[in-house]
Amino acid sequence: MIFHKSAFVFLSCISFTFETQTSKANSAMSKRKSRESHMTVGQCVSQAQKVLRQRFCHQEISTPPVGLESQHKHLLELLRRTAVHGESNSVLIVGPRGSGKTMLLNYVLKELLQEKDVKSNIMLVRLNGLLQTDDRIALKEITRQLNLENVVGDKVFGSFAENLGFLLEALKKGDRSSSRPVIFVLDEFDLFAHHKNQTLLYNLLDVSQSAQAPVAVVGLTCRLDVLELLEKRVKSRFSHRQIHLLSSMGFSQYLEMVRSQLSVPLDFPDSKFSDEWNASVKKLCEDKSVEEVLRKHFNSSKDFRSLHLLLLLALGRVTVSNPVIRPVDLLEAGRWSSVDSKANILHGVSILELCLIIAMKHLNDIYEGEPFNFQMVHNEFKKFISRKSHTIHNFEKPVVIKAFEHLQQLELIRPVEASSAKIQKDYQLMKLMLDHTQVLEAVQRYPQCPTDVRQWATSAFA
Amino acid sequence: MSRYSTRLRVKRSYKWKSGPISTDRKLNIHFYESLIIQVEGKPAETIVTLGQYILIEGDDDDNPYVAQVLKLFSDEDGKVKKAKVQWYIRYCELPHNKRKLLGRSAHAQEVFYYNDSSCDSEVDAETILGTVEVKHIPGELPFPDNASKDTLFVKLSWDTKAFKSFDPDLMNPFQNAMTPPPKQMLQSPMQKSPTLTPPITPKARSTTPRVLPTPDPMVMKRASSAASQTPYNRGCMSTGRRSSREAESIHSASKLSASKLLSGKRRGRIASEPAIRKKLELSSPGKKMTREDVLGELLDDDLAQQLTTSPPRSLKLTIRLTPLSVKQPSSKDEEEEDDDISLQPLSQSPDKPTPTAVDEQDSTSLGVCPLEDSADEGVTVLPTPLRRRATPRRGSLRRQSRTPSQRKSSSDLLREPSLSVLAEEEHEDSPVQTAVTPRSRRKCAQLVSSRIRKQLGVGDCDAMSLDDEDGDDDAFVPSKIDLHSSSDEDVDAKVESDDELVIITRKSRKMTGSHTPQATEKMRPSTRTPRKTPSKKTAPTTPRTPKTPRHATPVIPSRNQPARTPGNVLEVARARLHVSSVPESLPCREQEFQDIYNFVESKVIDGTGGCMYISGVPGTGKTATVHEVIRSLQQAADLDEIPQFRFIEINGMKMTDPHQAYVQILQKLTNQKVTPDHAASLLEKRFSNPAPKKETTVLLVDELDLLWTRKQNVMYNLFDWPTRRHARLVVLTIANTMDLPERIMINRVASRLGLTRMSFQPYTFKQLQQIIASRLNRVRAFEEDSLQLVSRKVAALSGDARRCLDICRRATEICEFSANPKSGTGLVGMSHVMQALDEMFSSAYITAIRCASVQEQLFLRAVIAEFRRLGLEEATFQQVFVQHQALCRVEGLQPVSVSESQAVCQRLGACRLLLLEPSRLDLLLRVRLNVSQDDVLYALKAD
Repeated sequence: MIFHKSAFVFLSCISFTFETQTSKANSAMSKRKSRESHMTVGQCVSQAQKVLRQRFCHQEISTPPVGLESQHKHLLELLRRTAVHGESNSVLIVGPRGSGKTMLLNYVLKELLQEKDVKSNIMLVRLNGLLQTDDRIALKEITRQLNLENVVGDKVFGSFAENLGFLLEALKKGDRSSSRPVIFVLDEFDLFAHHKNQTLLYNLLDVSQSAQAPVAVVGLTCRLDVLELLEKRVKSRFSHRQIHLLSSMGFSQYLEMVRSQLSVPLDFPDSKFSDEWNASVKKLCEDKSVEEVLRKHFNSSKDFRSLHLLLLLALGRVTVSNPVIRPVDLLEAGRWSSVDSKANILHGVSILELCLIIAMKHLNDIYEGEPFNFQMVHNEFKKFISRKSHTIHNFEKPVVIKAFEHLQQLELIRPVEASSAKIQKDYQLMKLMLDHTQVLEAVQRYPQCPTDVRQWATSAFA
Repeated sequence: MSRYSTRLRVKRSYKWKSGPISTDRKLNIHFYESLIIQVEGKPAETIVTLGQYILIEGDDDDNPYVAQVLKLFSDEDGKVKKAKVQWYIRYCELPHNKRKLLGRSAHAQEVFYYNDSSCDSEVDAETILGTVEVKHIPGELPFPDNASKDTLFVKLSWDTKAFKSFDPDLMNPFQNAMTPPPKQMLQSPMQKSPTLTPPITPKARSTTPRVLPTPDPMVMKRASSAASQTPYNRGCMSTGRRSSREAESIHSASKLSASKLLSGKRRGRIASEPAIRKKLELSSPGKKMTREDVLGELLDDDLAQQLTTSPPRSLKLTIRLTPLSVKQPSSKDEEEEDDDISLQPLSQSPDKPTPTAVDEQDSTSLGVCPLEDSADEGVTVLPTPLRRRATPRRGSLRRQSRTPSQRKSSSDLLREPSLSVLAEEEHEDSPVQTAVTPRSRRKCAQLVSSRIRKQLGVGDCDAMSLDDEDGDDDAFVPSKIDLHSSSDEDVDAKVESDDELVIITRKSRKMTGSHTPQATEKMRPSTRTPRKTPSKKTAPTTPRTPKTPRHATPVIPSRNQPARTPGNVLEVARARLHVSSVPESLPCREQEFQDIYNFVESKVIDGTGGCMYISGVPGTGKTATVHEVIRSLQQAADLDEIPQFRFIEINGMKMTDPHQAYVQILQKLTNQKVTPDHAASLLEKRFSNPAPKKETTVLLVDELDLLWTRKQNVMYNLFDWPTRRHARLVVLTIANTMDLPERIMINRVASRLGLTRMSFQPYTFKQLQQIIASRLNRVRAFEEDSLQLVSRKVAALSGDARRCLDICRRATEICEFSANPKSGTGLVGMSHVMQALDEMFSSAYITAIRCASVQEQLFLRAVIAEFRRLGLEEATFQQVFVQHQALCRVEGLQPVSVSESQAVCQRLGACRLLLLEPSRLDLLLRVRLNVSQDDVLYALKAD
């Protein structure tokens, strides 16, 4: 560490002269910068944004994940045993989306690879159930990543059967003490269980339970019932180790996590800026309104990913003129993230379309959610025009049909049956895809909405 | 060895020490208390009293039977003296396939209390050789290191199925009745160490039948009577003696076939008696000996001494060395034979026994047999050792029938025809057996000659017996491969041609019985072997299957750092508990093992085919048991107890398509790579056409159900091939469901599969406990209670051994990490096991609900509320959303938007706390709970 710092200073002296252009500064370059070097506010802001974005967008952490100490230890020891002792293992990491499964695994792997006796000893194969949608593709991918002999460049030769035989042969040849352990990471593990016969899983788990090349099969999934997906003989071969990532963290921990996530690291080039930034972040977290936003977010979900999304929105509002995250930024971000998507669409529809939606809402009220057709909506609309409306122009029927079709295209209404070829368009049964609250909110917010329309919308019966 | 040869000439006389102590009037027999054995030419006499341990003359000179005298009696006229005994069995008397049940290597002086009611416990008193001391050692104690060689130890009992610990009181049936017999009953001054080694059986002594475990004597008798077409056979059977091994192996074959019995006997007959030969040579003072000869003899002596210390091993050693005398560079071959013949009478004459009734019968009923023996002895020295080792008992079947009178009468003239009979029989019986011999000869020749050279240089006898043991292990693998490799050498190494010639001629000698002197052989100097060594070394490296670059076998790169070996007790335990660590034996599956073994063995021996269906839930040891069977059979085949066979394994899960089965089978059979259709036709051809030298193929089809196709032709073929006349195919199929044949197979397939079925029951908790215990093998890492907990829990859930082992493994981890040196004993305790069980079996749903965010919990509550309102277990998202908003208001939270609520709903759906329809249905998406409502309420209430 001491050596590191002295090298730091030395390098910074050399690099100081051409340290004018910072737009291209990356993390490697930032290390070269001296802490004492002066940077413009703009440089500092962009640098801070860069660091934080890196943190939010890639699931990378430099510190052990909070609240997951035991899980972290379990996984680390397990993989280390595979690497060091050549013990075959299988494990599932189960947790809701965004609970940090991949993050934990990446962190553990990073830690492992830093160890001297592990680094050169393991091979890693990463598969994803969303990418390797069947065993054929998965096998090719494994063969490619293991760099076995029938790989030329990135291409894998041989039929499915040959590849399977090839891979099994390779794994069978190995033994516990001499061959290099392979760590298989199966992201979206549950999707592999849907492959035909679960051939891949059977074989991987079978290898892990027999005296062949040492493997560790690490599955990542968010399904709590994943074991029920496995066929009985596949299940029997799985070691039944599950690491659950179910955090029971409270709001204060959450707040602390927000603070640490927003703080810039200590090795930030400009110490003055970083101090200011960190202080402001601390102040931000103590702000009442911010706390409210965060609590709302916390109530909605505890996961990392949605939090990162929120913070990313707030971070985007940091500019040179306001070089810190203000409470208002976070409030705005909170509003954005909690906004209803359909309400947004309703802002853009024409007044006629809005009227039709109101008519549909009334029909829903009258018929208790039964489907309706265009004729019914049109009748309702005409009733409104003739009785109450003074401002709305009496549109021709084709125009109304056009508006109706537009709503259908926006998927605000949806036909009940898929095959609508035989039924005349006017009489096709439809359902409204909006809730009452959404309609009312849209009417309230609609710019320059005529009063009679508004009244019509809120009235209990048409 | 010299000691034995003197013993050989010993003549014993038996008489009662005192009058009868009691009389059974009904049976008209008298009971006695002790028996005096008078050895001719020695003043001392041995007294055998009740309760004493005795040695009874057996087939194996070096290891006579051990027993305890229970009763001594004679019939009314006092002519036939008999003894009732409790048998003890030596390790080397156990059948090969049972030996591993011991789970450890046996002590050299270990015997087992033989607990089998079917074994006849009456022996002729005249077979008693002397006394021995047997000590009981409690199971957990080690064997004493410095025990005298005349003491045998007993720890366990053997009931023909399993080793058990037993009550030491069983060994003292006379405790109350009489005082323990004196320890040493031999007063002979002549014998330096009176009971040192069990005295050697006089060759031609008559014996009372010792009927060893033959549960079905009727079958045996029938088979033997069918087989006893030759006088030899009759003679053999008339003695009524059977080696325990043969008896057991025959018993093991549930379908006892006459052919098997025959083959067994033939093999036994072929085996001759190297010990005799040696004795003969040694006891011929007139024989001119070259230096090598002397050395060889010296060597033998050395080995003989070793023999006394380690009987089971040393047997091999002596045998190994016998060829030495044959390939002496001296021109003694003819002479030797002459010597043999001329010496036979000499050496045999002293031990001419007092003829008994049985003896008489023997000698009369034996026709050609003794002739064969002498011929055998003279000629086929080399092949015998191997066979003798394989079936030591069997070889001696014939021995007791060899009376000196006959031996004397056997002439060279008579030898020819008898030998040809032998050769013929041998030929049709087991061609492989003869083929194996070269290797053993070479190997030992190598050993010996190198030793001789050393000897010549150093002149130190003692060093040799030491390294002899080293070479012992690798010599112990005679197999087909070796045969091939040796024949390969034959082709490419010209230097060896002479050597090969020797083998060939020897073979031919054996076949024809011609006594052509082997000039080439005699010319060989003992330095021939070193030249051979390099090629020998290359032999193992020559690949079994020729590799073409196209079929390059893939390998996982090897690791850069060596794997660390387990350090502490827990790590050792963990390594042993890993499912992959192959256990020495599979406990708790003895019956299944035996059944499968018998099935395959009988098919292999008969050269027929058959199918067997094995079912059982996962983790009950189906595949492991079959592999174990195959391993044992392969061992037996290597020892030439059964013909060679070929094992092929396919797994339905390890192929992409059922038709790939053909490809894999063919590839494993012939190493060809072809398309499935082509492979099917090739296999069809292979299995339906006769081939001259076809060995049986044992095919294991794992996960049979995956070979199902719509037309079921794969299964059909697999089960049809074994029924072909020339197929010699045994198919073992494994699947999980018991009624698979009925459920998925069409009639013609199910019919061909046949009804040979076996189902593996899930393990009971006791079995699971035993499995863990046997894996741990005295590594003390678990508390007893915790093991019981695990096994009970697993037995209650699935009976899956893998699960059980995994839990134990996890428990060791937990124990290690919880590492609380103050509290724990370092052992895995209840708490650790409980935690492991919790991790593996408890469902995470409740925890997941507890850890869910506020909105998620509210949504679940809304779902339940909506279900209650509707009275259904299903609701649309829209309906739940209304409830959700209402609940938000009740809880004083900001009402959520539809999007947020939907996000919450999807998150719960991803965890499978809720079951959802595809999300494109939007508001109309139907929601169901994947957990019971009670669970949800319980989880939420506890909050």
